[in-house]
Amino acid sequence: MWPVIGVLFDGFAYGMLLFLLSVGLTVTLGMMNFVNLAHCSFAMLGGYVTVTLMNRFGWPFFATLPASFLAAAAASVLFERVLYRHLYQRSDLDQCLLTIGIVFVSVAAAAYLFGTVQQPVHLPDYLHGALAVGGQSFAVYRMVLIGIALLLTGALVAGLELTRFGAMVRAAVDNQRVARGLGINVGRVFALTFALGSGLAGLGGSLAIDIVGLDHAFAFNYLIYVLIVVSVGGLGSIGGSFAAATLLGISDMAGKYYFPQFGAFLIYLVMIVLLMWRPAGIFGKR
Amino acid sequence: MHRLMIGAAAIAALLLGARAEAAGTVKIGVILSYTGQFADAATQMDNAIKLYVKQHGDTVAGKKIEFIRKDTGGIAPDIAKRFAQELIVRDHADILAGFALTPNALAAGDVSAEAKKFMVVMNAATSIITTKSPYMARTSTTTPMLNETLGIWAYKSGLRKIYTMVSDYGPGQDAEQAFHTGFKNAGGEIIGAVRFPVANPDFSAFIQRAKDMNPEAIYIWIPGGAQPAAVGKALAERGIDLKKTKILGQDALADESALKSMGDLSIGIITVSNYDYTHDSAMNREFVKAYNAEFHRNPDFFSAGAYDGMHLIYAALQKTGGKTDGQALIDASKGMKWESPRGPMMIDPETRDVIENVYIRRVEKVGGKLQNVEFDKVENVKDPVKARMKK
Amino acid sequence: MAADTAPALAEPHARFAAASRWGAVEVVFWLATLLPFFVAQDYLVLASQIAITALFAVSLDLILGYAGVVSLGHAAFFGLGAYAAGIVSKAGWGEPLLGLLLGGAVAGIVGYGASFIIARFRHLALIMITLGMGELLAQAANSASWLTGGNDGLQGVKTMPLFGVLDFDLYGYTAYGYALAVLFLGFLVARRITNAPFGLALRGIRENFVRMAAIGAPTLPHIRKAYTIAAIIAGVAGAVLTETTETVSLETLGFQRSADVLVMLILGGVGRLYGGIVGAIIYMIARDQFSDVNPQYWYFWIGLLLIAVVMFLPNGILGGLERILPSRRSGG
Repeated sequence: MWPVIGVLFDGFAYGMLLFLLSVGLTVTLGMMNFVNLAHCSFAMLGGYVTVTLMNRFGWPFFATLPASFLAAAAASVLFERVLYRHLYQRSDLDQCLLTIGIVFVSVAAAAYLFGTVQQPVHLPDYLHGALAVGGQSFAVYRMVLIGIALLLTGALVAGLELTRFGAMVRAAVDNQRVARGLGINVGRVFALTFALGSGLAGLGGSLAIDIVGLDHAFAFNYLIYVLIVVSVGGLGSIGGSFAAATLLGISDMAGKYYFPQFGAFLIYLVMIVLLMWRPAGIFGKR
Repeated sequence: MHRLMIGAAAIAALLLGARAEAAGTVKIGVILSYTGQFADAATQMDNAIKLYVKQHGDTVAGKKIEFIRKDTGGIAPDIAKRFAQELIVRDHADILAGFALTPNALAAGDVSAEAKKFMVVMNAATSIITTKSPYMARTSTTTPMLNETLGIWAYKSGLRKIYTMVSDYGPGQDAEQAFHTGFKNAGGEIIGAVRFPVANPDFSAFIQRAKDMNPEAIYIWIPGGAQPAAVGKALAERGIDLKKTKILGQDALADESALKSMGDLSIGIITVSNYDYTHDSAMNREFVKAYNAEFHRNPDFFSAGAYDGMHLIYAALQKTGGKTDGQALIDASKGMKWESPRGPMMIDPETRDVIENVYIRRVEKVGGKLQNVEFDKVENVKDPVKARMKK
Repeated sequence: MAADTAPALAEPHARFAAASRWGAVEVVFWLATLLPFFVAQDYLVLASQIAITALFAVSLDLILGYAGVVSLGHAAFFGLGAYAAGIVSKAGWGEPLLGLLLGGAVAGIVGYGASFIIARFRHLALIMITLGMGELLAQAANSASWLTGGNDGLQGVKTMPLFGVLDFDLYGYTAYGYALAVLFLGFLVARRITNAPFGLALRGIRENFVRMAAIGAPTLPHIRKAYTIAAIIAGVAGAVLTETTETVSLETLGFQRSADVLVMLILGGVGRLYGGIVGAIIYMIARDQFSDVNPQYWYFWIGLLLIAVVMFLPNGILGGLERILPSRRSGG
């Protein structure tokens, strides 16, 4: 009985990390149908911002989080203005090629600027270790991660449901053409949402360092997991991403605990089964 | 008939190539995984090569040394083989060197055998590699050499029941087998063995499983990179007390960046290695100082393998007076002994593999810094797998 | 009315006949592929690997460019063919043509089975399912190291001389000749299929799946057929790689290979039959050259190349050229 709680907790924490990394992509993919495979490059940027601020300038960990959010958001605005906007009408495959090219460039740039070595980040001591509750040990850092993720989810959902901007985002995701027809400036909504989503990815990248590490190939390695969450959750659905990330995080952890030989199989198997049952994603619209 | 034509062309090319050599350059083709997952290993190896040349000059036995670097991008035996072929046929390379990864070394070994070219493996650690070509020597180590020694040592140190966890791919499986062999032959009992997937971002589940078995010690084998730090964290999070449950592993488990990330959680981890930058010898201190001055980081076992590889090449060339044909160079290498930053080492004349000291180290805090402190060693270790193959 | 129907019925046949004719550019292209034997002998081994990858890309084009099936797991078939040829060679029957047939057969059988699942899905779900299935196969191959040699790769692969006479030599003459011949034959098959009603039907399915079903076209069987043929061709390409390099490793099945070939195909231009070949040639030569100059950071330059192509040549190199030189026909 006890291991189940540990698996659920760890799995949920891992899922929250995946959620933070993926939520931006699901909204922009769902809204503008723009295939941005360079999404994890923004995450990687956020991670490197944290590493640099902490190791070179001695910033405390939590202070670097808003900085990585802003850095990733700013970078995304730059890319959107300079490159992405020219490709909105092009085929999915062309968008794929462009953004893969950006991933290649970002990986090489990261290797050049920071070297190929693992980036060590030494978190403050109060984030280390675990709390023992009823015979179970719960890692402090994971609890903090879950807390941050839930707070952000709450903020996102509240923003979507309660603000005017959120209503415009929802309209643009549901039916872009009609939204435009209603006078909503879809281009601007997209640009802002894209910045927000990329910023969240950057934040996710910073939070990920302590759990999965950061090196120059991060932009490649996590792309697959993010795509899995986005496709299983359903494009454009934050709730879908949340549910998918939780489900995948827990099944990944459960698979590794109960069936270590096949641990890595499980996440793909679960994904295939879920997609066959619901091809548009759990909460997908199309 | 076609074969005769090709044969004639080959001989002509080799003769022409030989004449080009006599003009006074020795070309070394370096095949490494400069990009991709294993890029950092290649970086350290390339650094060591550059340092050796800086310290010893680029002329040996009157010939100038020239490098041609090729990137395989990771595990890609077809590409490694192509590079080996191109280096020999197109660039007239005399020596093949580098090889961080086993599949690449094995593929290039075929070419070395066919073209009769001297090949120096500077890292890849699977036993059978040196059997692929009679012109190949290795200057790094082998996985069984390290892990079997650790297994025997574990029993000698009083451990009787160990739980093992390794990455589910070639080197991990080799390590598991080697450790089990060493430990069980000495009399110990393996109470459980699990293999986890190679691309494994999270170790919590596995560490928990291990903890549930209540072992005296846990043996962990994982590749370097992100994983060691993740393991360390998982150990702490799951409440594994290193004083009660010993953690054993190979060098990568406690490498420098892992120690930096794990922090004090890592104190007490016992690892086996053939090289650490804290090794206490005058030569090593000089090496580390020069390495730091040049590259602003400490050398590791990748660096040591490549540095000694270059030494072997230079020493062999000295011995042959600059002759570069495969047979001459490999004959010169057999039995070559020298003092390396890691300690004394030798190239086994029978297997052309390395004979070296194997060190057992523990993570301790020295002067406020976390380091691997060598506290035991086994001298003149040969590769056990090949030794058994002979019998 | 009667006079109208006769020319109307003759028109599709005339159209196919015209498309099947060999344009001057095509002939020149294929003749040019013989150049490496005479001019660039040092690059024969690279050329053979380009030819193999080109064939693999053409097989992906059949399902992507023509049937609209985006697959991120196509390397599964490449790897199956590679391992089939490798295992049979290790067992002692290293005759290249046997390995070729076996590679194609094994990949084809698995492709046929998989096509029942693949054909039912579209869009992102399809992409991810193909990715997932590819990864599952790769994991299985890693676990079955008794069969595949695991991470170290399959050892003991020895290819017998082609036709009993032509040895696979160090220089790559036989390898390139063999790979080129297989590429040409595979290309002929693909060309034949696409310049036939079946090919048109596939294009219809890609353009508008629902409408094709509405006019009564057997959409699912068509997709399955195309997928199986693509799997066979990919398996053949994998077998050729094993035979010419005498190595097989897990990365022949891996995601990296699937992703690389997709990038090459998009680079060349999908749905244009030559797109896969052009893409493979340009990408692999660029990679080789960039990597020679700068082994550590060549990704940077390749990335810039991809970005430049997308910005200035919509729909890949061939697609962009089509725009710039409207009179040129690209054989598709």
